Amino acid sequence: MRNSKLLALLHGPKGYLSLVIVIMALFFGVLAPQFLTLGNIVDLIEGSSVTAILAIGLFVVLVAGGIDISFAATASVAQYAAAYFATKSQLPIPAIIAIDLFVGALLGCLNALLIDRLRATSIIITISTMSVFFALLMYFTGGRSIYDLPAWWSSPVVLFEFAGSGDATVRITLPIAVMVIVAVATSFIMNRTSLGRQTFAMGGNVEAARRAGINLTTTQFFAYGYLGLMAGLAGLVQAHRVGEAVPNAMVGGELFVLAAAVLGGASLTGGSGSVGGVMLGILLLAMLRNGLNLLGISPYFFQILLGVVILASAAMTGLKARRRLATA
Amino acid sequence: MLRLRQLFRGNDNGGLLVLLAALCIGFSVLLPGRFATHDTLTSILFQLPEFGLLALAMLLPLLSGGINLSIIASANMAALLMAWILTAGLGTLGGSPVVLIFIALLAGFALSLVVGAITGYLVATVNAHPILVTLGAMSIVNGACVWLTRGKPIAGFPAEFQLLGSTVLLGIPLPFWIFVAATVAVGLYLSRTRYGVAVYMVGSNLPATRYSGVDTRKVLIGVYTISTLLCWVAAILMMARFNSASAGYAQSYLLITVLAAILGGVDPFGGFGKVSGLFIALLILQVISSGLNLLGVNPQLTQAMWGTTMVLVMAARYLLPKRRPVR
Repeated sequence: MRNSKLLALLHGPKGYLSLVIVIMALFFGVLAPQFLTLGNIVDLIEGSSVTAILAIGLFVVLVAGGIDISFAATASVAQYAAAYFATKSQLPIPAIIAIDLFVGALLGCLNALLIDRLRATSIIITISTMSVFFALLMYFTGGRSIYDLPAWWSSPVVLFEFAGSGDATVRITLPIAVMVIVAVATSFIMNRTSLGRQTFAMGGNVEAARRAGINLTTTQFFAYGYLGLMAGLAGLVQAHRVGEAVPNAMVGGELFVLAAAVLGGASLTGGSGSVGGVMLGILLLAMLRNGLNLLGISPYFFQILLGVVILASAAMTGLKARRRLATA
Repeated sequence: MLRLRQLFRGNDNGGLLVLLAALCIGFSVLLPGRFATHDTLTSILFQLPEFGLLALAMLLPLLSGGINLSIIASANMAALLMAWILTAGLGTLGGSPVVLIFIALLAGFALSLVVGAITGYLVATVNAHPILVTLGAMSIVNGACVWLTRGKPIAGFPAEFQLLGSTVLLGIPLPFWIFVAATVAVGLYLSRTRYGVAVYMVGSNLPATRYSGVDTRKVLIGVYTISTLLCWVAAILMMARFNSASAGYAQSYLLITVLAAILGGVDPFGGFGKVSGLFIALLILQVISSGLNLLGVNPQLTQAMWGTTMVLVMAARYLLPKRRPVR
């Protein structure tokens, strides 16, 4: 009885991912002694908190059967807007945060509007909106960062602190908490609310969802709007971590986010995946990047590995879908 | 001549030709004496080919219902390999540069063939999604290129190689002739060969095509292989024009190649579109690009404008009842 339960656990993306993570941890732990310290692990988790928030948002869109690569540009625009008002006006803190989240959600809903109304492919629309958002942002800001963020935004918030190995202190900071809250909330929304289940339904089979009475337009707006909201939140956290709003800091990291989401079981055709899988995907990629870094290997090699990961993951999803079709 | 006319058959392109004429007139009015000159025409004829070849490379996957996001990376990859052979082997071979150039071209061809075939195989046989496969390929290729070159360009090709970019035949630059030849070849492939016609079928309805007895795997492998080979030709032209190769060139072209295809009448869901439409769309976009360049418009605003244009073109396609996509 216990054996079959264990085997059942190991099946599916979460099982495979956990196995690969353990193997990788051992591999890097042996080659680079400072890898398996609590301080290092917490550090790399904190370092990927922004990416995780974006990946969770992208996960929702992937489940809905679409794709959106404009989220980094959306995050940058929302972050800059908030930073501008934070430094140039006397608006209260909740208003600044609201502006940021609103801008993010608005840009996300713009994507949804175009994709839904124009009956267009999401990849082409979001490539276009990414170009527009980012180019306009760079044009109006001249590429200049805002680096005098107010203290409430940029000063570190430490939630837990304890001694690690040697003299190091391990700190659990705000970004990690935000990431965990986002993960739990999204998992709840996707699995336990009708809106979340509608998203899964739409991604699984659009026509069946339509005939079951699901309002596709509402679900589209939810999915892309949620990603926009997450992008805005990620922008806030990113500025908090580095202490300044840099317009072009986040653009370019889309591939990492997409790889993590796809690793976590989300397929581009929609209808599958889990937040837990995405988090494991983030952990795997973050460990890989950190491990390679500690071993002194060029970051461009990581980019190659990222491509291999995406290919392998896409291949496995494809083969699984083909097998399912064959046995159906 | 009859074949060319058959290629350009179809009144769908009438609207595009009108748009092209209107743009030429518009820019001539906005830039009196600077736009409607021989210099502008020459620069268009020199700049269009590499962009056009990349657009052709994007066309085939789009027609088959997919997309190839790795065309820029593949072009740079081929260019870097050929550049490395041209600049490293000069001493060791000691023979005439023509042999060296031939070897470099062959190597670029072989590499592009392999990369394209692998991409096609993953899409066709493994059933992986084209977006993910080509993104993964782009990441691997781009990462490898930057890693191996440390981000620095490779420059300094033999003079015979640059002849490829500067020779003028009958008043038209050789690159443009190469581009026209490629356009005609792709058009003939799509309309006259079994696998070419099957590309449209696969883009419309892949399972139905397979049940009709067509080997969809071969069709898709062919699509992505030809696509990457077209990137190889584009790479040759880029090398001839810049006299160097780098992992970072032409990054902003990706969006515009898709725009050219959509403007030219390609259905983004696959299955419809003509090479002739793409050709005119390319002329339109090149005219806009040259015109904006002469007007001195900020390049970032230009990029934003391309994105907006793409959305507008998609909206126009939706609003024109003849072309309304049925999903």
